[in-house]
Amino acid sequence: MTATTGARTATATGTFTPQPGAAPLTRMIAAQTVLETRMLLRNGEQLLLTIVIPALLLVVFSAAPIVTTGAGKRVDFLAPGLLALAVMSTAFTGQAIATGFERRYGVLKRLGASPLPRWALMTAKTGSVLVTEVLQVALLTVIALALGWSPHGNATSVALLLVLGTAAFSGLGLLMAGTLKAEATLAAANLVFLLLLVGGGVIVPLSTFPHGVATALHMLPISALAEGLREVLQHGAGMPWGDLGILAVWAVLGLTAAGRFFRWE
Amino acid sequence: MQSTPAVEVTGLVKRYGAKTAVNGLDLSVPRGCVAAVLGPNGAGKTTTVETCEGYRRPDAGHVRVLGLDPVAEAASLRPRIGVMLQSGGIYPGARAAEMLRHTAKLHREPLDANALIERLGLGSCGRIPYRRLSGGQPQRPALAMAIIGRPELVFLDEPTAGLDPQARRATWDLVRELRADGATVVLTTHFMDEAEKLADTVVIIDGGKVIAHGAPEELARGGAKDTLRFSGRPGLDLASLLKALPADTAAAELTPGSYWVKGKVDPQMLATVTSWCAQHSVMPDRIAVERRTLEDVFLELTGKELRS
Repeated sequence: MTATTGARTATATGTFTPQPGAAPLTRMIAAQTVLETRMLLRNGEQLLLTIVIPALLLVVFSAAPIVTTGAGKRVDFLAPGLLALAVMSTAFTGQAIATGFERRYGVLKRLGASPLPRWALMTAKTGSVLVTEVLQVALLTVIALALGWSPHGNATSVALLLVLGTAAFSGLGLLMAGTLKAEATLAAANLVFLLLLVGGGVIVPLSTFPHGVATALHMLPISALAEGLREVLQHGAGMPWGDLGILAVWAVLGLTAAGRFFRWE
Repeated sequence: MQSTPAVEVTGLVKRYGAKTAVNGLDLSVPRGCVAAVLGPNGAGKTTTVETCEGYRRPDAGHVRVLGLDPVAEAASLRPRIGVMLQSGGIYPGARAAEMLRHTAKLHREPLDANALIERLGLGSCGRIPYRRLSGGQPQRPALAMAIIGRPELVFLDEPTAGLDPQARRATWDLVRELRADGATVVLTTHFMDEAEKLADTVVIIDGGKVIAHGAPEELARGGAKDTLRFSGRPGLDLASLLKALPADTAAAELTPGSYWVKGKVDPQMLATVTSWCAQHSVMPDRIAVERRTLEDVFLELTGKELRS
């Protein structure tokens, strides 16, 4: 066909003259992280879930004796619980819902044909979750300090708990987003958020429940995170290995299952 | 490298459960040309294109895109191709211009996003989140995203579905420019005129197989007969006309004074008919040549019943 020779002699200076190639990986991941974060912060429902609800619960339950929080200031009990809730709201609920709809709208499919590798997309998603968590932790810390919070413990333990908690919740959130329909993910992720808020030792102490139930509930990732943060921040413990262990198991299970069952279309 | 075709598919088979979507399909697209894949709904167009894009693993057959295996060598292939899906592909909360600028950042030497936004009129829908765009509006950012990375090969799945005539023409102009600048374009379409005007080569698919292929004008001609119509005095003796014409020509008086001649319509045939008219002192009024269009060919090949 003559068009073949035409291609070779085509002007080298045309607007659309092919010049393909991927951008450097670091630039792609940075750009994708910025976009993912912007999408998250632009979404009103997401902000309600990740910023407004944890902050509001912290203020309301610290101000009034609605639940019995044991000895000490209420805020000392509540602040670690709401930090845990903030992690769950972003890494699990928010990420599951957003990713579910991205899958439904063909965003993940289209990105699959772009130069961005899939692992780089997941890295960017994790990056945007971490950026959001930093904002949440900063905001909740400021509010809690204003309410008279006096945290103890070492920062490394706290950071480790937050990172393992994020890994556990991300795995579970992505598993849900990659296997269910977007609407089902929306409903299920919100329901799970609500149940774990009540039954996960966030604002209601696990000791409120009968002993056997409390022990079982402690195995949940939200309880392990909340209790672990409480051990460190409220009671000044070193490394809460038990809680870190529970989170690590959830992280391995969730991420492995997500890697195995996630459907991109 | 340049000598290999942009797309080379042989004996492609793709099944979804019990349903065979593509059943032994062959396709070859030379570099630097525009290829249109035509076919009724469910013919296997999208499956074929998505196999070339690396989304589907063939059940049988051989697929090479720019000389690469689209599944095994996806990492090398993806930076070199541009993809426009039939729908979607943009964050529901993103704005068209924002998404385009982002896509540009994934490529090494992208086109100027602002120039492309201006050119495709994305400025007007630039501030609106993608999920609120209506009609054919979502196609425009998706098209822009497919070409912003300056790809060698662009796949466009129904790029003009739902577009108004102006936007359709803008898309056509863009495709022509891509070809002129040396890119290869593979597009699927339902529109015969689009394939006829735009494509160097047309492939008609039905039931997962190629049922015809070639340059659009060749296909339309396709050895089949064209028709010459004219009006004149009723009751002319057509037998003497047919004697002067090649053996496989037919002629008839449809209604009194209205005639058609079916056969190879070329200057020779036209001269024979008009000189025969002159011999019989007939003024051939409303003389007209009717060519088959690609649409006629398409309907002949794929039937006229509606598809789901």
